[in-house]
Amino acid sequence: MITTFADPFDALLSLQRALDAQLSSDWLQDSTASRGGFPPINLFQQGDDLLAIVELPGIDKDDLQIQAKENTIRISGKKAMAFPEGVSVHRRERIIGEFDRTLSIPVRLDPSGIKAEYRDGILALYLPRAESDKPRTISIS
Amino acid sequence: MTSRQELQVQQKRELETKEETTVPARTFLPTADIFEDEDALHVVLEMPGVEKDNINVSVREGVLNIDGRLDFSKYKDLQPLYTEYNVGNYSRSFRLWSAIDQNKIGAELRDGVLSLTLPKVEEAKPRTIQIK
Repeated sequence: MITTFADPFDALLSLQRALDAQLSSDWLQDSTASRGGFPPINLFQQGDDLLAIVELPGIDKDDLQIQAKENTIRISGKKAMAFPEGVSVHRRERIIGEFDRTLSIPVRLDPSGIKAEYRDGILALYLPRAESDKPRTISIS
Repeated sequence: MTSRQELQVQQKRELETKEETTVPARTFLPTADIFEDEDALHVVLEMPGVEKDNINVSVREGVLNIDGRLDFSKYKDLQPLYTEYNVGNYSRSFRLWSAIDQNKIGAELRDGVLSLTLPKVEEAKPRTIQIK
């Protein structure tokens, strides 16, 4: 778990370690409709709420659709690009095609409060926890 | 069968170099497309999450170096719950075979994709030889 970022050089390493350790996590278990599908998703906890960070470089914002229903998020769209005509292609590693992925989160969400932001090829989905799902402190009388 | 092609996840490849970095964090290779036309060599690299100011492109002794640093302060106070990819800085080098006009290198970053245009020097451009 990330606790502090005291040393700026150690910060990235500890983040990478934390991400690696979580790769085998069974937090979502079988609840994702397509684990391992495109695009890859990292899910973080931010206070009470959740934050999904999706790596989606080179997508036109208009080609990206996000739908939310109860605790399910659907990310779909297409990644397209073409080489100009008359060029000789030396190396082709980037992939193109369509994607459609559904992510079910084992936490009740507030669908109206979900926010999506796409910047620098990263899609960030702010997933606020539903008010009814938040833990409550019980005062002892 | 439909003609729709489902995208597969590309596993990130780690950078392997002879020298080690002084920072013990992992560095990844950005996926790249390279193509060439008569005037220039075009290199397109995917570096999601890297901001414009954190990219360094240089050509030295015929080697093109591209470095992208990730601003990991955005990950502060975030606890990973479920992860499918790792994050890190990006770095990649290519040995160029044709002479590049270094002063005219063009770079554009859009949606995490860096497009480099490396114009060839005049002498390196193909030319038609007239037979007398």
